[in-house]
Amino acid sequence: MSFFEVNNLNVSYGAIKAVKGISFQVNQGEIVSLIGANGAGKTTTLHTISGLLHPNEGTIQFAGQDITKSSPSQIVTNGISQVPEGRHVFSGLSVMENLQMGAFLRHDHDSLQADYEKVFSHFPVLKERKNQDAATLSGGEQQMLAMGRALMAHPKLLLLDEPSMGLAPLFIKEIFEIIQQIQSEGTTILLIEQNARKALSIADRGYVLETGKITMTGRGRDLLNDSAIKKAYLGG
Amino acid sequence: MEELIQQLFNGVFLGSIYALLALGYTMVYGIIGLINFAHGDVYMIGAFIGFFLITNLHLNFWVTLILTMGMCALVGMLIEFLAYRPLRHHGAPKITSLITAIGVSFLLENGMSFLFGGDSRSFPQAIKLVNFKIGFIHITNIQLLILIVSIALMVLLQFVVQKTKMGRAMRAVSVDQEAANIVGIKVDQTISFTFAIGSALAGAAGVLIGLYYNSLDPLMGMAPGIKSFIAAVFGGIGSIPGAAIGGWLIGLIETLTFTLGISSWKDAVVYAVLIVVLLVRPNGIFGKKAGEKV
Ligand SMILES: Nc1ncnc2c1ncn2[C@@H]1O[C@H](COP(=O)(O)OP(=O)(O)OP(=O)(O)O)[C@@H](O)[C@H]1O
Ligand SMILES: [Mg+2]
Repeated sequence: MSFFEVNNLNVSYGAIKAVKGISFQVNQGEIVSLIGANGAGKTTTLHTISGLLHPNEGTIQFAGQDITKSSPSQIVTNGISQVPEGRHVFSGLSVMENLQMGAFLRHDHDSLQADYEKVFSHFPVLKERKNQDAATLSGGEQQMLAMGRALMAHPKLLLLDEPSMGLAPLFIKEIFEIIQQIQSEGTTILLIEQNARKALSIADRGYVLETGKITMTGRGRDLLNDSAIKKAYLGG
Repeated sequence: MEELIQQLFNGVFLGSIYALLALGYTMVYGIIGLINFAHGDVYMIGAFIGFFLITNLHLNFWVTLILTMGMCALVGMLIEFLAYRPLRHHGAPKITSLITAIGVSFLLENGMSFLFGGDSRSFPQAIKLVNFKIGFIHITNIQLLILIVSIALMVLLQFVVQKTKMGRAMRAVSVDQEAANIVGIKVDQTISFTFAIGSALAGAAGVLIGLYYNSLDPLMGMAPGIKSFIAAVFGGIGSIPGAAIGGWLIGLIETLTFTLGISSWKDAVVYAVLIVVLLVRPNGIFGKKAGEKV
């Protein structure tokens, strides 16, 4: 069994079927990208993994445990954290308080300090803005805060939902470099992106999601060179 | 002039009660966007609990206050669990919850009338009344008690909300429920906790007012309920300091109408001031700009 495994997942919003029987795996230490166009079902998949939505069918397994019916807080405790689409930082709370919220379920208070320092080493700007209201950060800084918040839960598997959305190219480059650093420190990553070129170039493996179904899978660089993918997702 | 200053003092004491109640409205609104119309009735239940604890169990004031707050916290959690949570989980529209809140309010008022009769009872004197005179101003020990207990509770509340883990969770759920879920906050539990705190404050207000006015009845929560809701709107609904200031403001306006000899107009004056405040600051004194809340 893989480190993380989704089997035959079906998710609906009332009568609308958003995810139609997808299966995929993530091995420990990998970056796996799930790419797809608007409305393909990427966010729905991540929300189901995080326990915010419940599947009609299928299972989700993580580290040898069935987590399909676990609550969002159990899932975070088990070691899966999400950086949601659109950042969703807590406005009105300071940068520091946002990071504290990421560590909400942790009881190992002694090791927290080291983790704050680690987050600040990835994102020095967060340290400078420690006491500032999160709402006043720029889009790129909010993305960093959302990532820092997720890292504060000390995840074994990090879920990222379109981290490059709405960011300037320079910021995108930085974010992707940091994602690779996080991987090198031992965190497994499931990366969702519309920016297929970027996502596939750092991914060990990738899956293509089209209107709720997985249509293609392979190694990241193989997918990058695939002519059908080039045409559909990489602008020819 | 002396009369005016005297009334200002009275306004502050009365306003403390409105402030305690307004806090519950504003916290619940802040976290789930619901105007909990049953909140004034929790205050009434607090007065009844206090009445029975003192009359039947002969407990002293402080023990009564603490037990009443605890029991009202349970009542608030029960109301949330039975009435509002199922609607929330089914994604019911806001208006449905609002009507349910009105229903809960009627149920509590009529239920208490049915159980204990609609007549007004006299609240036992758990603390012997002592009159002071500071200069020309008359103050009673009960008034001072109201002020001190209210301020202490507000400071405690501010501490809980700003400095504790549960308080941070409350603020997080208020601004973004989805993100709160994502970081693993138990959202239902946090909402329940918010009702507990708001209801405990209402319970304290109920005991204090019983002591102040010496009377209680099943409908006693209606008028203060509406006024403290207005206090919350004054201050900017969702804002905790706003609710406290709003409460005192209403207390002051009401007592000032006595001085001006227009006390039969007191409610009209309160609404007139509310309208003026909202014209100048549409979101209340401490309210956030619309759209700021994500
Ligand atoms: N709350 C909802 N209610 C009803 N339908 C929804 C809801 N959320 C998403 N959908 C539908 O489910 C489908 C998949 O949506 P999803 O958000 O998972 O797509 P996505 O791949 O994340 O898209 P994007 O790249 O635009 O974020 C879409 O057709 C969408 O309209
Ligand atoms: Mg999406």
